[in-house]
Amino acid sequence: MTATLDVLLWRGTAEGSYRRYQVPWRDNQTVLDVVTWVQRNLDATLSYRFACRVGMCGSCAMTVNGRPRWTCRTHVSKVADGGRLTIGPLQNLPVIKDLVTDMQPFFEKWQKAKGTFAPSKTRIDPIETIAPSNPARLAADAAIECINCAVCYAACDTVRWNENYLGPAALNRAWTLVNDARDAGNGERLTTVAADGGCHACHSHQSCQEHCPVALNPTASIAGLKRRAAQAYFSGAIKL
Amino acid sequence: MNVRLYLWQRLTAALMLPLLLTHLVVIFYAMRKGFSAADILGRTRGSIAWALFYGTFVSAVAVHAPIGLRTVLIEWTPLRGRSSDVVAIGFGIVLAALGFRAVAAVVLP
Amino acid sequence: MTALWLAHRTSALWLAALVHRLSGLALATFLPLHFLTLGLAISGEAKLESFLRWSDQPVVKLSESILIFLLAIHMLGGLRLLAVENFAWFDGQKRLAVVAAAMAALVAVVFLARVF
Repeated sequence: MTATLDVLLWRGTAEGSYRRYQVPWRDNQTVLDVVTWVQRNLDATLSYRFACRVGMCGSCAMTVNGRPRWTCRTHVSKVADGGRLTIGPLQNLPVIKDLVTDMQPFFEKWQKAKGTFAPSKTRIDPIETIAPSNPARLAADAAIECINCAVCYAACDTVRWNENYLGPAALNRAWTLVNDARDAGNGERLTTVAADGGCHACHSHQSCQEHCPVALNPTASIAGLKRRAAQAYFSGAIKL
Repeated sequence: MNVRLYLWQRLTAALMLPLLLTHLVVIFYAMRKGFSAADILGRTRGSIAWALFYGTFVSAVAVHAPIGLRTVLIEWTPLRGRSSDVVAIGFGIVLAALGFRAVAAVVLP
Repeated sequence: MTALWLAHRTSALWLAALVHRLSGLALATFLPLHFLTLGLAISGEAKLESFLRWSDQPVVKLSESILIFLLAIHMLGGLRLLAVENFAWFDGQKRLAVVAAAMAALVAVVFLARVF
């Protein structure tokens, strides 16, 4: 007789409830496998998101037993608490249906933090030479692997408590651009991150760093932004 | 929290580090079983040094605490924007007023 | 559901931040009272003296040592923040947070011993 997992899945929108499903417990099973099994065998109306299912795209992020994680990279054996799993949508984002959240606010804050590259040259200018060992480049490289999965955003209590807060992912990206010698947008960028809801709202809880599946450290990036913004403010380069 | 408030809060925090350590040493030195008002006032009355020390301390905390309070109000209560500013500033004024009164009370001869 | 709510909030650093915030709130509440007490001296020694004698009670002394703990831990927590924000990233912060709590407790206990 195979063992069974006792699985609670969130059904509904912001209003809704957890519904219970019994799922066969297999070896080498991921939480995404569990959700997929429910949708295919028990309830075709279950909505959830995934794409690559190999830990590269970040689409499958959900709240598993209270923690935001990539479900395709979460082995059931590691998290099933006595054979029980509670799976819900990512926190801090509006729920569209069941396990699917609306990522729009996340990306709007990304834009607001000026997390986009502002070119400084044309195609006929010589290429900027940047040594890989350049300290600013190293700082940017350490933070550049973000794939916008929103796990850090879901883990962050400051995001939860302060609706103006741009959040760890957006600020982490802003930090990589602040360190990019080719970028010309620092005036606007530092002004935005120095304003209300910017980097200075971070309390260094470090939930972001703890949960990032790519082992990034937004707290450190934000600390760097705090320094740069303060310097820019002192030197008069930005005004509030 | 923006860069201006952040700087005021962090800088007053840094200023208060040595003030606080000194204050703790003073408390430890002065406080023992049965210590009296005369013990305190005998040292503080007419002292310009204590006036400056505690005057600075009061000024710093009257800036530092309201900024922290404002953040807590914004994050943990329904108060937003202007109303949290008003409460925080009001608290700062209360701290400054009571604080300077206390300094005067122990320092004036 | 409380277990679910707490699940990702059990890191030592999250707790340190919570303690930092709660100690700040407690100190902010205490400060006006502290100033009012000292302000009793404005009308002479007598009122301050009678307050000090009232505060000789063990339960008051215990409260005072808790306040000293809160003061010390708030300061040490703030020190950690200043370090994170102004110096290069350093590891071992969880351990530091625990050490800070221990130091603050020590200070409070030494105070209590002195005044009893």
